[in-house]
Amino acid sequence: MASNTNFEKYKSDGSLQGNLIEWFDARFPATSMWRGHLSEYYAPKNFNFWYFFGSLAMLVLVIQIVTGIFLVMHYKPDASLNENGIPVAFASVEYIMRDVNWGWLIRYMHSTGASAFFIVVYLHMFRGLLYGSYRQPRELIWVFGTLIFLCLMAEAFMGYLLPWGQMSFWGAQVIVNLFSAIPLIGEPLSIWIRGDFVVGDATLNRFFSFHVIAVPLVLLGLIAAHILALHEVGSNNPDGVEIKKRKDVHGNPLDGIPFHPYYTVKDIVGVVVFLMVFSIIVFFAPEGGGYFLEYNNFLPADPLKTPPHIAPVWYFTPYYSLLRAMVWPLFGIDAKFWGVVLMGAGVVILAFLPWLDRSPVKSIRYRGPIFKTLLTLFVISFVLLGFLGTQPPSYAFFGVIPGAPVAQILTAYYFLFFLTMPWWSKIDKYEPEPDRVTM
Amino acid sequence: MKKLLAALLFAPALALASGAAIHLDRAPNVQGDNAALQSGARTFVNYCLNCHGASFARYSRLTELGLTEQQVRDNLMFTAEKIGETMRVAARPDEQKRWFGAAPPDLTLIARARSSADGSGADWLYTYLRSFYVDDKRPTGWNNVVFENVGMPHVLWQLQGVQVMNKDHKLELMAPGSLSAAEYDKLIGDLVGFMVWLAEPHAGFRQNLGFGVLAFLVVLFGFAYALKKAYWKDVK
Repeated sequence: MASNTNFEKYKSDGSLQGNLIEWFDARFPATSMWRGHLSEYYAPKNFNFWYFFGSLAMLVLVIQIVTGIFLVMHYKPDASLNENGIPVAFASVEYIMRDVNWGWLIRYMHSTGASAFFIVVYLHMFRGLLYGSYRQPRELIWVFGTLIFLCLMAEAFMGYLLPWGQMSFWGAQVIVNLFSAIPLIGEPLSIWIRGDFVVGDATLNRFFSFHVIAVPLVLLGLIAAHILALHEVGSNNPDGVEIKKRKDVHGNPLDGIPFHPYYTVKDIVGVVVFLMVFSIIVFFAPEGGGYFLEYNNFLPADPLKTPPHIAPVWYFTPYYSLLRAMVWPLFGIDAKFWGVVLMGAGVVILAFLPWLDRSPVKSIRYRGPIFKTLLTLFVISFVLLGFLGTQPPSYAFFGVIPGAPVAQILTAYYFLFFLTMPWWSKIDKYEPEPDRVTM
Repeated sequence: MKKLLAALLFAPALALASGAAIHLDRAPNVQGDNAALQSGARTFVNYCLNCHGASFARYSRLTELGLTEQQVRDNLMFTAEKIGETMRVAARPDEQKRWFGAAPPDLTLIARARSSADGSGADWLYTYLRSFYVDDKRPTGWNNVVFENVGMPHVLWQLQGVQVMNKDHKLELMAPGSLSAAEYDKLIGDLVGFMVWLAEPHAGFRQNLGFGVLAFLVVLFGFAYALKKAYWKDVK
């Protein structure tokens, strides 16, 4: 199929409006883009529940950018103390919460949006696992996606420092300190990242700069690449069969429907349902039970008072558990270093998924019992790793089953799931894929 | 051997328990009860605001508790000149640090910060402010069950009276104060209620607005769903 932007130019019908569009279209690919990405982008007609999360991720991105713009108007990245002995950054957030008109709503939308972003993105990624959306010819979409996920983690991590509460400060302190475990360059590297010997004003200002400018720019570029690549090859679907194999006389996929208006009106329904859940949190439980806004973060950062238990925000905890699972020094290098390696590998390994999966079919609907069992176990381990990451290492289930070795077993499983995939995805049983999509 | 096994089995349970052994009493919910919140505000400015600031809150906000500006000025403002000022302490933080060893924390957000898995921040404050006892080993002469070796003395002792820790590690009233136990609990309940309000003054408005937003979204859902149905009726 031709590229998405090779549609014919608009021809005016002689009306003023028509002439204007023709003038514009001769100078800018407006009609071409509209058709290529919306009105004549053919998407499979059998999208189900799981296909809402892509457009919802876009919605949350817009919420974060718009609320972020307004927050920056009043937020001050300044770690110095004001006349009341409170850090200026912390006080400016409280100023937004109390004295700026509707500031509380904008701030709660932004803080809830951060968690919502990860919920939506985790579900979006899980959809990819379910239906094999990362398989040929969509490998690059998936690779861009994992890069987006990495960027999102960096964005969230640096954003979390900005309120300059106890958890902001100590969370950043712990994570940046991890880099010091790298042999030889570790110590100078962590000082270079912080711009100081401890997390301080220099750190706050550079994280602010990265959070509001650098990372969002990269994120937007990657999202554009993610969508362009998707529209080049076309969307996968719950059956995992290629709709472009069967076309009508006009060359359009038989099982495809134009994204606009069909999926725009459908996604509006998804957006409204999402906004209901989002509003319930924003208006009735903005702290998210201490998971979305940690209680300790209502205390201003105090470099002299280490909290008894430092836990990252919930969306990092599965990866934090991978990091903590590594307690053995190897080759004379600190265990902490290998923990960092493990955490990084946990994210990076996702990018290799298209080449690890050797199954002849894409969708879980036609895959065998091995995949279904191992994927279920993977989801359970991921959730448990996340839960254990919120708890201190001394945690024990029901007070008897120690959490630390459980986390180590689950970590091993996390990696084995991917590393042994080339083998088990080959020997699994499969059902034949249908010729056309099923509704 | 059996003993060893039992000890191993229960060791983690004990380790877990030691972190959260303190039982927190439930604070009464007085949000929306302006009389209670006004009484809490009175206790707050008379007893807390001498050492602790509430530097994110403005006196003018107290009018939201059903008081006029004049009433706030006459009854609740002692050190500030203008009603728009924040509720600060006269002393500077560095002076306080020299006097007390540590500057008393700002109390604006304390009701939110003290929340934990053990209970709400209100529960913590409600229990804490009723759990002071005499302890000769402490420089202030006071200790606290909820906050061990706390730096703050029992500022309200003339109202509550003097509690001691008996042999069973229970608190006992040794000398009664000017209030009965029930009156003191009410006073603390009101005070904690005020501090909860102070931590997020718009919380009530936020929730009311939430119902409106959800009602709108339910209606919007009806239209969105009908629109989707109409467009999709031909897709088979």
